[in-house]
Amino acid sequence: MPLATPLKNLDRELARFHGRLKAGAAFVVLLAAALLGRGFYLQITQHEYYIQRAENNRISLVPVAPNRGLILDRKGRILAENYSAYTLELTRAQPRDLEATLAEVGKLIKITPGELRSFRRLLAESHEFETVPLKSKLTDEEVAILAANHYRLPGAEVKARLFRNYRAGSGMSHVVGFIGRINDRDLKALRESGREQNYRGTVHIGKTGLEQSYETLLHGRTGFDQMETDASGRAVRALSRIPPVAGKDLRLYLDRDLQAIAEQAFGDYTGGLVALDPNTGGVLALVSKPGFDPNLFIDGIDPETWKALNDSPERPMVNRVLRGVYPPGSTIKPFMALAGLELGVRKPADITVDPGYFTLPNSSHQFRDWKHGGHGLVDMRRAIAQSCDTYFYKLAFDMGIDRMHDYLAKFGFGEKTGIDLEGESPGLLPSRDWKQRRWKKEWYPGETVIAGIGQGYHLTTPLQLAAAVAMIANGGKRIEPRLVQAVRDPLTHVWQPQPVAVRGQLALKPEDLAVIRQGMMDAMRPGGTAAAAAAGAPYTIAGKTGTAQVVGIKQGARYDAGSLSRKNRDHALFIAYAPAENPTIAVAVLVENGGHGGSTAAPIARAVFDYYLTGKRPGNMKPEGNDASD
Amino acid sequence: MPRTSHWFLNGLRHVDGILLTLVVLVLGISLAVVTSASGQSAARISGHLVNIGLALGVMVVIANVPPHLLSKVGPPLYVAGVVLLVGVALFGEIRNGARRWLNLGFAFQPSELLKLALPLMLAWYFHRNEAVLRAKHYLVGGVLLVVPFLLILRQPDLGTAMMLGASGFYLLFFAGLPWKVILAGATLGAASLPVVWGLMHDYQQRRVLMLLDPSSDPLGAGYHIIQSTIAIGSGGLFGKGWMQGTQNQLDFIPERTTDFIYAVFGEEFGYAGAILLVGLYLAIVARGLVIAARAPTLFGRLMAATLSLNLFTYVFVNMGMVSGILPVVGVPLPLMSYGGTALVTLLLGVGILMSVATHRQLNKS
Repeated sequence: MPLATPLKNLDRELARFHGRLKAGAAFVVLLAAALLGRGFYLQITQHEYYIQRAENNRISLVPVAPNRGLILDRKGRILAENYSAYTLELTRAQPRDLEATLAEVGKLIKITPGELRSFRRLLAESHEFETVPLKSKLTDEEVAILAANHYRLPGAEVKARLFRNYRAGSGMSHVVGFIGRINDRDLKALRESGREQNYRGTVHIGKTGLEQSYETLLHGRTGFDQMETDASGRAVRALSRIPPVAGKDLRLYLDRDLQAIAEQAFGDYTGGLVALDPNTGGVLALVSKPGFDPNLFIDGIDPETWKALNDSPERPMVNRVLRGVYPPGSTIKPFMALAGLELGVRKPADITVDPGYFTLPNSSHQFRDWKHGGHGLVDMRRAIAQSCDTYFYKLAFDMGIDRMHDYLAKFGFGEKTGIDLEGESPGLLPSRDWKQRRWKKEWYPGETVIAGIGQGYHLTTPLQLAAAVAMIANGGKRIEPRLVQAVRDPLTHVWQPQPVAVRGQLALKPEDLAVIRQGMMDAMRPGGTAAAAAAGAPYTIAGKTGTAQVVGIKQGARYDAGSLSRKNRDHALFIAYAPAENPTIAVAVLVENGGHGGSTAAPIARAVFDYYLTGKRPGNMKPEGNDASD
Repeated sequence: MPRTSHWFLNGLRHVDGILLTLVVLVLGISLAVVTSASGQSAARISGHLVNIGLALGVMVVIANVPPHLLSKVGPPLYVAGVVLLVGVALFGEIRNGARRWLNLGFAFQPSELLKLALPLMLAWYFHRNEAVLRAKHYLVGGVLLVVPFLLILRQPDLGTAMMLGASGFYLLFFAGLPWKVILAGATLGAASLPVVWGLMHDYQQRRVLMLLDPSSDPLGAGYHIIQSTIAIGSGGLFGKGWMQGTQNQLDFIPERTTDFIYAVFGEEFGYAGAILLVGLYLAIVARGLVIAARAPTLFGRLMAATLSLNLFTYVFVNMGMVSGILPVVGVPLPLMSYGGTALVTLLLGVGILMSVATHRQLNKS
């Protein structure tokens, strides 16, 4: 630019600068428009969405778990209760804070690796803003330490939570059952039944026994606190509250003392006993030996104890009354006899000659009587009292399996009784159809013969036997056994009696029933199979003994208890009711490997009757007076 | 008239009334928002008041310094800044993975110094060559810009480097950098984006990605953006009211008295408040551009225009970050964020504007 003067350049540069100023101003306006456009989008267009997000940030629903209902025995004594204890719980706020808090807590109080493990598991399963227990049952000292250091532990809270305690311990384990931590399977079931929301904030759920079967009533309804929470998840203030509704209390028919007496009467035998009120179906005692301590399960059982319980040959976790299936043995005979009368196959006075065995026509196979040489001439009453096998072999043969099956079914054999506990076994009442279906084989006459004395395919649970003998006691009324007598509403405190569940009434001729009852009474008198067990009783018992074979005895060989090891010995059975004239209690007793029913099973029933009917305790038992008032 | 009040009133003669009014209005808003965001913390409020007082004082003092004196500070300040940046690169302290601090008895970031030194240096340089500007001058200007830019970039401090780069670019732009060079540069820049992306550090890449999808890390870095957009969005047209913002009061907004103060403001004062605030900033910029247009010297013109645009760039980068359209970089909102250094630097700039505005007649060359 040789000719261009600086002055001319100056003007040009100034003009250019003003142009640049305008461009700069336009650029700024553009940026401002972008900001305000973004603001319009956020604050006007999307306002509703963001206000909702802000509210979700701010407000959280904190579940308030309801108090679980109590379980009381018939006299109002506590079997399952709640007690309050302090737990340390953490909120799932910012993960960084959580780890820091965990480390800090570890310096203050002792946290076991197991507690940490289960905390992490629960944390993974928990909802946001719910507190997750880290350590339960804090000592007073630990509570004080944590309270003093609260400011160092963001997201940590010491909370009073309710814990479950089973006062009766192992004696009630198969009745009351236990609660345990909600696991994935429980959670899935809750979700599928739409109850998941009601379990927020709840850690435990009924796993077995009444705790399981009455879960819905015992649990109650979860309440919710609407809380304003800050960014670290700490509640700032409560906005509103839907109070929880406590679970309902259950009162049982069961008598805790009666239960304890029955359990003790078993000595070191294993087995099961169930006592029913024949008029209501109420379960007065339900013992399955051995039991276990249900308190072990509440917060997760340790693996060693669990393995020991599970691997024990005595199988303490199995409820024998509900799930143990045994051949009914001779306890089937009163029902067979009733069938014979009602179906017109026998008259009470019909005599059967017992040479000590029974043979089928055109067969040399001997079905032997338990009594070597036989009972001679027996009518129905004597056949029951002395448990004459030959009489019932012949009766069964004359009746045939079809009629036998159909009639026994009316007493509930082969079918669940409908008790208010889960996991009941239906047992097995064999029939021609069943054998065809199950084994693809036809029914043999010999199988009918042994079915007449409760051997062969027939399997019952002690509960079925008790329910059946209760029908003889109450004149044919079929009632579902019930543990729970009444339910108390936590708000009104009114006990609501539970209805008696009558399934049906069997039309029995009184004179037929009388013969059976007489036979069963005779069994308890001198000359009867269980006479010794009734000696000196101030009331009349009607009973029937039975033995269920554990190992088959070869044709021609004799059963000799002494020569068999204990675990191969027969199971002893006994069914009975009392007082015979006006029955108020019916029992079925099973003593595993107890040998003969009259000598091991019947005395257990006697102890139960004595206490229930007269208040008399066995000589070696001290009355439990310490907590009779609660 | 006593002597003291004479020099005092004389000093105030160099204060631009319009600029002062606008600045004080924004500072008033800032005080209200800091009060709310700090949970009425007495320490924060009094600290903020002290900062404001100090910064206003600095502004008045600088306003009294004639531009020709200011221009002389440019070269030594620039040289000192670059030397210190080199010093940082060699002996600097590493904090949070970046070498940004120099230990001079106190922790010092030389990059702060260059925020003013670079425009001053460039303005001085172009002023010296007024009326004979040629391509080589722009080239030298570019070098003066690129040296500190690269030094800061490799600390690494992408945010500060970009802000510094912007201010240097504005100056070159107002000095008349040809459009075709600008367009060529922009094209080249766009084309080299993939290369730049490759050179970026992990955390820098993450911040950019976070912007595209903040929900990808709701409890980590994305948390800031999510919570601040919720705060702003939930404010609606008129806001939740002063000290009524739940996002603010319940701790959901991070850094809420400093970098994220606009989230608190947006939540409590709404879109109406945002329009007012952006309006005030625009008015400050407009006043600055008017001062630039009327400035008698090239130095004054360039400084006034650059400082004005620079201020709004800070506003845009901060608000854009808080409302989720720009990556998270540690840039405070001018005149609003709590923090002494930034406020003093900023009002120092406003003081320069005032100096340029009021020394027109006095120093006509």
